[in-house]
Amino acid sequence: MVLSGSFAAGSVFEAPEQAGLAAITAEAMLRGTTQRSFADLHETLESNAMSLGFSSGRFLTSFDGKALGDDLPLLLDILHDVLHNPAFPEDQVALIKGEVITGMRYRQLDTRYMANKRFQELAYPPNHIFHRSNSGEIETVSPLTAEDCRAYYARQYGPAQFIMVVVGAVKTAEAIATVEAALGHWHNPNQQTTWEQPPLLELNDIRHALVTLPGKTQSDLVLGVPGPARSAPDYRAAMLANNVLGVFGMMGRLGSTIREDKGWAYYSASSLEGGIGPGPWRAYAGVNPANVKEAVQLIRQEINRMLDEPVNTQELADNQSNLVARLPLRLEKNEGVAANLMAMERFGLGLDYLRRYSEEIQALTPADLQAAMHKYWKPDAFALSVAGPEIEAAL
Amino acid sequence: MLHDVTRHVLDNGLVVLLKEVHSAPIISWRVFYRVGSRNEQTGQTGISHWVEHMMFKGTPRFPAGELDKEIERNGGTWNAQTSFDYTAYFETLPADRIQLALEIEADRMVNAIFDAEETESERTVIISERQGSENSPFFWLSEEVQAMAFRVHPYHHTIIGDMADLHTITQADLYNHYRRHYVPNNAIAVAVGDFDSAQMLDQINAHYGQIPAGASAAPVLREEPPQTGERRVDVRRPGSVPILEVLYRAPAVSHPDWFKLAALDSILGGPSGPGGGNIDNKTSRLYRGLIETGVAAAAYGNLEMTKDPFGYGLVVVVREGSSLEAAEAALDRVLEELQTRPITQAELDKAKKQARAAFAYATEGASGQAHWLGFAEMLDHYTLFTEFVQRLEAVTLEDVQAVAAQYFDPTQRTVGRFIPVEATDDDE
Repeated sequence: MVLSGSFAAGSVFEAPEQAGLAAITAEAMLRGTTQRSFADLHETLESNAMSLGFSSGRFLTSFDGKALGDDLPLLLDILHDVLHNPAFPEDQVALIKGEVITGMRYRQLDTRYMANKRFQELAYPPNHIFHRSNSGEIETVSPLTAEDCRAYYARQYGPAQFIMVVVGAVKTAEAIATVEAALGHWHNPNQQTTWEQPPLLELNDIRHALVTLPGKTQSDLVLGVPGPARSAPDYRAAMLANNVLGVFGMMGRLGSTIREDKGWAYYSASSLEGGIGPGPWRAYAGVNPANVKEAVQLIRQEINRMLDEPVNTQELADNQSNLVARLPLRLEKNEGVAANLMAMERFGLGLDYLRRYSEEIQALTPADLQAAMHKYWKPDAFALSVAGPEIEAAL
Repeated sequence: MLHDVTRHVLDNGLVVLLKEVHSAPIISWRVFYRVGSRNEQTGQTGISHWVEHMMFKGTPRFPAGELDKEIERNGGTWNAQTSFDYTAYFETLPADRIQLALEIEADRMVNAIFDAEETESERTVIISERQGSENSPFFWLSEEVQAMAFRVHPYHHTIIGDMADLHTITQADLYNHYRRHYVPNNAIAVAVGDFDSAQMLDQINAHYGQIPAGASAAPVLREEPPQTGERRVDVRRPGSVPILEVLYRAPAVSHPDWFKLAALDSILGGPSGPGGGNIDNKTSRLYRGLIETGVAAAAYGNLEMTKDPFGYGLVVVVREGSSLEAAEAALDRVLEELQTRPITQAELDKAKKQARAAFAYATEGASGQAHWLGFAEMLDHYTLFTEFVQRLEAVTLEDVQAVAAQYFDPTQRTVGRFIPVEATDDDE
């Protein structure tokens, strides 16, 4: 049995000078309650072979749990305790900060992480939620205290925009009654549900950055733009265009050109974040430093080809078939079912979404894909970041 | 449920494992070859992994670039992996399309094209894959620890291979490796999912039954000699976080002590084995001794399941403000405490309960089950997986205490330390 949930509490609700607070607070939720010490809490979870975890994104804090079917009431009892009575012990918050800062120091020399971080700083305006790192910076995390976590929790944790999904060997009526008993009376009048963001300025030029990291042998590059939100009307067209560009088969057209034809990269693909948005739409690759310039050129060529030429009907049919036919695989496990149900509810897709899915994907035309490309991409307007050994230029 | 596995051996020696699972309209098909980095010699390290890459370069029937697309347009997923002891290929597809996977794997068991141009193109892809790994300090450290722990046995080198060999392996080397090892009598095929076993066996016979058996591959004879004292290696490279890796000699998975060590591993570092990753480890001894004390940002144990004796690895990521020396001392204390503060029955019972639940999680999907069945059969016998929980249940407190005393012997370990240094011009 799995349960997963999310509610309005992400880094968008933290002050920029406290960047990382939402993430630390989420991590600290399972470090002890007023009813259960850290040791008691984890002894109960682990001795019953259950798992429960919290994490915070930009807009939402999420929790995911897993247990054998009979243990749903116990898992919900723990969830109730954690959500209502977190203690945020000082020593535990200090431990988390140490782990987080160590992780940040490690990632400062991680080529893939740094390429993505710098890309987002280029693609989004300062103070935009996608401009900054969700986990904060060492200088913003270092001063955070247990009291800060308590304050963030008191202000932001509550039932607003709360969605919870339970999937597995449980009876629906019993599960609903148990969840109702555990969480039905939760309220928090202070919980914010809206936020202000600086306007997303249209990219009209190429913004690029090189991040030189010592001792590395490969460069990671990210080239992209702000993409559509999951709820955008053209999201499905963009998703299918992205599938053609850098997913289908051996990483789509990008993989076919840069990996298969040229042999320049172990990976070269593209991704579309979607979500509450506007998450990035990016192409990326890991290449030898000597090939960075040529790889960037080829990625641009493939993006321009998507802009200039409609996807041919066979390629479109292959990609449509791919998305539709793999639906059973996405729904094989409880986690997959839960993730799909969560997305359907979170993004207002409707509980009949999976029934409509095939028809909606099959209805997309080459013109729809090209229109989606044109809405988000321009030939000479994107953000490009390269992290790795020193190189002279990427363009 | 897991006793429904059936095992068949075709006339050409191909071992076939079948397990019906009707909870979703899906079938996972895997073919394991008994060849991995264990079967490689100096000068050809990494060749098994490279052959795996070449298997996606097509056959006359499924040309390069078509094979993956054909699976994906049918809604499937596919991939391959090379390990110490095996190379495996898999497709998971909607049940009514599984014929495609059977055809593809039968075809490329025999007809894979090793084109000269494709070989050269893939050389740079594989070098790029290695360079991507080299960007991680964990790779540099484990490569050195492995090389120091194994002087004779081919577990000495990494699966990706040495850069020198990646520059010199030839098209002919690759093709010969393929022909030597890709024969039905060196393979295990596994189907798990929504099918009728009798019909599936007929289909498998139709596709694979006519492939001729090949000569038996040469056995791996280079046994690692006994270790006579602690070995140590420091890796000094640009970095920001010190890392400690300690590898103790450990037995092969077929050894009676392996499951005793698996129980100990669970108590030390948290649940492992099938599905173990689903359960946290905040009550484990490593967590309490290294993370709660503020010495480490992460600490975990890893008991490899291998055909020949490998090792039990412990990795500690040193926390900001602590040191490698403190981490090593704290790790030693945790291991020494196994004698002064013996494992309790409650700890062992928890490990067993976790193994039962983790196993239930591991058997939820067809792909995972197909992997574990084939992996277990390749190592020893598929019952290694189906009886995993029972074998762990049979471990006693005395067993765990005995293996703790026997295997955590400092003279039988290799200690590796990643020491971050400031960058120099040469590094850049």
